[in-house]
Amino acid sequence: MQLKPTLLALAALATLPALAQNLTVVNFGGANGAAQKRAYFEAYEKSGAGKITQVEYNGEQAKIKAMVEAKKISWDLVEVESPDVNRGCDEGLFEKIDWTKVGNKADFQPAAVHECGVGVFIWSTVMAYNGDKLKDAPTTWADFWDAKKYPGKRGLRKGARYNLEFALMADGVKSADVYKVLATKEGSDRAFRKMTELKPLIQWWEAGAQPPQFLVAGDVAMTTAFSGRIDAAQREGKNLKITWTGGIYDLDYWAIPKGGPNKEAALKFIALASTPDAQAEYARNISYGPTNNKALAQLDAKTLALLPTSPANSKDALQFNIHFWADQGEALEKRFAAWAAQ
Amino acid sequence: MQAGGTDLIRQLRRAERRSKVRAFALTLPLLTFLLVFFLVPLASLLVRAVENPEVADALPATGRALSGWDRVTAPPDAAYAALLQDLAAIGETERAGALARRLNSEMPGSRSLVMSTYRALPLDHPAGPQQARAALVEHDARWADPAYWHAIEKNSSRWTPDYLLTAIDLRRTADGSIERVPDENAAFSSILLRTFGISALVTAIALLLGYPLAYWLSTLNERRANLMLILVLLPFWTSVLVRIAAWIVLLQNNGLINRLLQFLGLTDTPLPLLFNRTGVIIAMVHILLPFMILPLYSVMKSVPPNYLRAAVSLGSAPLAAFFRVYLPQTYPGVAAGGLLVFITCIGYYVTPALLGGAGDQMLSYYVAQYTNVEVNWGMACALGGVLLSATLILYTLYRKASKAELSLG
Repeated sequence: MQLKPTLLALAALATLPALAQNLTVVNFGGANGAAQKRAYFEAYEKSGAGKITQVEYNGEQAKIKAMVEAKKISWDLVEVESPDVNRGCDEGLFEKIDWTKVGNKADFQPAAVHECGVGVFIWSTVMAYNGDKLKDAPTTWADFWDAKKYPGKRGLRKGARYNLEFALMADGVKSADVYKVLATKEGSDRAFRKMTELKPLIQWWEAGAQPPQFLVAGDVAMTTAFSGRIDAAQREGKNLKITWTGGIYDLDYWAIPKGGPNKEAALKFIALASTPDAQAEYARNISYGPTNNKALAQLDAKTLALLPTSPANSKDALQFNIHFWADQGEALEKRFAAWAAQ
Repeated sequence: MQAGGTDLIRQLRRAERRSKVRAFALTLPLLTFLLVFFLVPLASLLVRAVENPEVADALPATGRALSGWDRVTAPPDAAYAALLQDLAAIGETERAGALARRLNSEMPGSRSLVMSTYRALPLDHPAGPQQARAALVEHDARWADPAYWHAIEKNSSRWTPDYLLTAIDLRRTADGSIERVPDENAAFSSILLRTFGISALVTAIALLLGYPLAYWLSTLNERRANLMLILVLLPFWTSVLVRIAAWIVLLQNNGLINRLLQFLGLTDTPLPLLFNRTGVIIAMVHILLPFMILPLYSVMKSVPPNYLRAAVSLGSAPLAAFFRVYLPQTYPGVAAGGLLVFITCIGYYVTPALLGGAGDQMLSYYVAQYTNVEVNWGMACALGGVLLSATLILYTLYRKASKAELSLG
């Protein structure tokens, strides 16, 4: 008779997975992953819906493609960058989103509503500098390119994306016209010429954690950076500053790999993570903009001032043009590789 | 006796055959492993580099309609009608997506052109090829541009040399001849050269550093040599990423090395040791040094010290004795270590990615970029294939040049 409670417990354990919908959610980890864990994963687990296994990746779409092709989906939900949600949707890697189960489309930022994805947050690639070392704040991309006024190295992300846009703005192109200019042969020539001007000063970065390190160590005078990474460094007490003028903002999306076994639970998770409450909690943990506009009402002025989406910060910002890069990305990245080799 | 003799021979043969089968059976797991995890993936990689099914599958009628086209003037009306017919027949979106991706890597802009047309179907137009042309051009004026049609025509066969040509900076022109791509797009030949250049430099430095150390190790008694070998191997057991992070700490502007140099008054401003070629070389030499030291050490251990002593006692100068008597006996070790380091170097990815600038990336970086970012696996496989064949050619040349009885299996 001693056995009975044990047996019962075992039986209960065996039935648990059937009731709860355990999910494997894939994101980019880091400070962002931690904020998602606090705002979204814990809320999902507390609601009794099931456990979440967090997996980190680096945005490699090859893994998703391989899973979908092999029809063995072990990732239920993936955070993907905007060009990938678009391309993955075209190529049938992701499930179509049933928006009636997510929320009212009108509550969301227009860009957050996608056929195959739901916007998670809005982030921005901006100019950043160390407030302790650079007293005279740079205000435009022309300042970033001005080696006389601001001596020292410049940090830029390896690759053509963002850099060509910044180069055109430094060359005097208005943010609204950047993609129109870049789409022409003369425009891309002009962007690469401008990049050549800065080439001897560039210190390239690969991972988002590097720009704040460069600034703190004093290796560079200014750098491009993901706004949330600078915010995370500020929270650690570093006096790093952001110049929002001419920043490029973009969204990350939740996407469900096609043919996965937990599609419904993944949608339930997305719905929960898209509520104003959860998104406001997320924005308090890391300074990325909520995609559900109703979340903004719950945030205080101090938090709002740090978000890429606040009116002051987004005044002269540029939305990353995924359609432009989907068409021209491969060709421009190849040209960038050739340019770097010269 | 005659009958008994043949019987014996038969028995002997059978026994021999049985032992041969047993020996073969013992190697069977290894052979299967090699086949499944090495040869098959390698073969499929090479096939993917020339395979080109996307356009042929999705647009068969268009391909036929374009077969007689001169590639310069406007394409025939029939091609427009065939395109509309083909696009309407594409069942699943993913096939349209694959078609758009394939055409886009050939002609930037095709992705949005194909997808927007596919989504807009059926285009409302009166029957007839001429009307099909009008409807397509009205939907998107780019359909009047022969360049997009050339991309379709060029890829309507199931196999293509284009990935491989692109991987060595060549391309096929409209008239079918092969030419070099313009300089602003010629990336891969200099990247390939850079890959071999970095590998050769790392191998040379590893040899210069490893040779004296291996020599010193070979002169120690066994207990001390073992201890030192453990020290050589210690970094081997540390994750590559950890070692890279350690180099960042050491080499950065206010890192240990730069502060030491400034303290000693050797330099006023910090030397740029990181995020450039110097940092990549330093870290790669460090990571690969054990691959050089171990083969050198094992060969040097087998060189009798008496030869050197004999040479010196017969009147040779110590240095001359070293170069003429000792060094040649260690050539097999130099060759094995050099080859091992060089070939490992060629595939390096993570060290240059984290410690190098945009101009210091090796070919693997671009293989990864085409695999993960552009999701153009044909191009990734072509680059991999070029790297593989360049390495095999170098290895063959090496085998021809050196008579060393050395094989890497």
